[in-house]
Amino acid sequence: MLARIPTCLPAASGLRATFSFLSKPVPSRPTVRPSKQRSFASASSPPPAEGYMQGVSESAFILDTPEKTLAHGELSDALMVASRAETKRMNLCQAVNDALSTALATDDTACIFGEDVAFGGVFRATVGLADKFGRDRVFNTPLCEQGLVGFAIGMAAVGSTAIAEIQFADYVFPAYDQIVNEAAKYRYRSGNSFNVGGLTVRMPCSAVGHGGHYHSQSPEATFLQASGVKVVTPRSPTQAKGLLLASIRDRNPVLFMEPKILYRAAVEHVPIEDYEVPLSKAEVLNEGKDITLVGYGSQIYVLESAARMAEAAMPGLSVEIIDLRTIVPWDEETVIKSVMKTGRLLVSHEAPLTGGVAAEVASTIQEKCFLRLEAPVARVCGYDTPFPLVFEKLYLPNAIRVLDKIKQLLAY
Amino acid sequence: MRDKKKAPYPGVKDSVFTEKLDIIRSYPTIPTFRIMDPDGKIADASKDPQLSKEDCLKIYENMVTLNTMDNILYDTQRQGRISFYMTHYGEEGTLFGTAQALTMEDVIFGQYREAGVLLHRGVSLSSFVNQCTANVLDVNKGRQMPVHYGSREANFQTISSPLATQIPQAAGAAYALKRAGKEAVAACYFGEGAASEGDFHAALNIASTVGAPVLFICRNNGFAISTPADEQYRGDGIAARGHGYGIPVIRVDGNDVLAVYSATKSARDLAISTGVPVLLEAMTYRVSHHSTSDDSSAYREKKEVEAWKRYDSPMSRFRQYLEHKGWWSEEAEKVVRDRVRKEVLEAFIAAEKMKKPPISYMFDDVFDTLSSRLKDQKKEVEEMVGKYPDFYEVARYANEEDAKIERSSEGLP
Repeated sequence: MLARIPTCLPAASGLRATFSFLSKPVPSRPTVRPSKQRSFASASSPPPAEGYMQGVSESAFILDTPEKTLAHGELSDALMVASRAETKRMNLCQAVNDALSTALATDDTACIFGEDVAFGGVFRATVGLADKFGRDRVFNTPLCEQGLVGFAIGMAAVGSTAIAEIQFADYVFPAYDQIVNEAAKYRYRSGNSFNVGGLTVRMPCSAVGHGGHYHSQSPEATFLQASGVKVVTPRSPTQAKGLLLASIRDRNPVLFMEPKILYRAAVEHVPIEDYEVPLSKAEVLNEGKDITLVGYGSQIYVLESAARMAEAAMPGLSVEIIDLRTIVPWDEETVIKSVMKTGRLLVSHEAPLTGGVAAEVASTIQEKCFLRLEAPVARVCGYDTPFPLVFEKLYLPNAIRVLDKIKQLLAY
Repeated sequence: MRDKKKAPYPGVKDSVFTEKLDIIRSYPTIPTFRIMDPDGKIADASKDPQLSKEDCLKIYENMVTLNTMDNILYDTQRQGRISFYMTHYGEEGTLFGTAQALTMEDVIFGQYREAGVLLHRGVSLSSFVNQCTANVLDVNKGRQMPVHYGSREANFQTISSPLATQIPQAAGAAYALKRAGKEAVAACYFGEGAASEGDFHAALNIASTVGAPVLFICRNNGFAISTPADEQYRGDGIAARGHGYGIPVIRVDGNDVLAVYSATKSARDLAISTGVPVLLEAMTYRVSHHSTSDDSSAYREKKEVEAWKRYDSPMSRFRQYLEHKGWWSEEAEKVVRDRVRKEVLEAFIAAEKMKKPPISYMFDDVFDTLSSRLKDQKKEVEEMVGKYPDFYEVARYANEEDAKIERSSEGLP
């Protein structure tokens, strides 16, 4: 999809102007939704329960009309076979619910379980499913992550579809052994006698404004070396539905990380039909020729905001933005192709810098694009600290940090 | 109307109030169910499960086969011909008693000391030695250590080294079987040491709350490597824990194959008819060293081990039972031992001569298809072995075409 970054921002040039612009609230467009008002809540007021996500409400990547959704190349391709190309307005949480409902309706062996999923889940992602499909298919488990993931592996090992929920990605670690030593190696170690391809583990992840240490983490990089599990994260409702259905049906275990700050903040027109968005395929959201920005999940909107500011500050600048979508195994080809064109790369994620996904992308790109690189590959990430409560604004790789780094790279 | 004697709290439904301050310190120790004594005699004839002569001979011959295979493969490891091995000495009663009571519809999840169950389900001697020698016909394609068996045909999920991970998995498999309307259980084996892992707790609790017909089979052999059971737990073994999870339990004499058979059969019937888990604890003694990497004389008296071998082994007990019935003799024993010894040696020598699996198998099956990065890495290995064939001893590995033909003729994936 070719989406131009809208020029709804006041014209600004130079660093100083850019910063002064940022200190004022962004004027909302006429189609404003209630959640947009929270985008720039003042620092002194407590954040709303679902957090606030800067940039989502203004994003050009959000498909907020049926026309935009149906014109989206990948989605329209997926819907070509569908009889009805209809859409419904959903937030990311509703899109996840819709995907889960579709998964259960199309596969009798599929079950959803985890802590508190039966009444609808603490984020309401499984609301209504127990009533619709029965308590034997949508059920609560005891509060024990290693147990419920082990249970899911067993279901998948005998050919069923298991969709497990970890309440917060921060609490996936008790199940780390089951995921890394068991799920990831199940097919390989048995010589393909057995596999757990029907396994999907969903988990809300990333910052939410006030989540502190254990309601904010982005543990995707800790699974990079598991060899055998896929890691997927969506940026929006249409993506969430298509990627989740693809993950559930993929013949490999998949960890599906849902940026919880987007549950209510991101609203799109989502096709009501059953469709999938392919795994291991990045999406170029905005074509550009001067610099490539790579990210995933909610960080996409930070990159978009930074790109918008950079273009405002530096007229004529052209930024390419890529959503990785699948983190393992990631789409090297798309990123390489982009950097071969732009010669500059910035990778950004909320998770800490050291040992993060960006390190993997950066080293691959310096190896594959060495002669084309005009500046060092930059990483704008969380710092190497636990995720802090009161310092969240300082900790996060926000649009200002990204903008500052873009300027450095262009001046290199 | 609220019953005033009854404690109304939602966390426990049936507790009544008491004015007596009583810290509960002891529970009756769970008895050990047995049918025949160490001389193979049955005190109460009505308890004899009356297995047919054919079944009894199958069990005993498989005991002899496992024992013979253990002897030979243990020695081959000592000679450096395989990298690792674990024997089953002393636990034959538990393995064959349970295996006889299960059906092929039952999915097995094991720990590692359960080769007897595979043998009883028809897995060939060649399959065992192929896995241990990691040759081109190894079911696991040469990827796992010896004794990490698995078999689709035998409905036996592949063994993995991390202890207790299979226990919650068995609960999930059992739940899936129940949903599919199958008259089957998932049978999950583990040792008393593994039962200290968090996954044991996780498994029993989830199986109980969601209602999964899983048969938890604990081989309590007194040792986890060097750690004796009294450093593993202070309660009444493993069986007593079942009660805390609301799970029916039975403790059985693991050296009495008939008692193990009867207990397993009843436990299985209960699990299927009620859709709940059952915990079976088989009491036995690990006559084996823990593995070929262990010399158990470093932590226990050799004479203690000898005493178990001499006075109460599951094999000698069952053999005496068969002799009382006139179904077994010294000559029959010799015939079977000689035949099996020859078969294992022939299979082993053949296995040893076979090539290793193709080099490309290093990259297959990580995912269902090769990722682009794995394709690159596979290519790199091909280039390296092309440049340095002697260093990599390329001739040791089968080529892909041959492997495909050989494996498919054996029904292997």
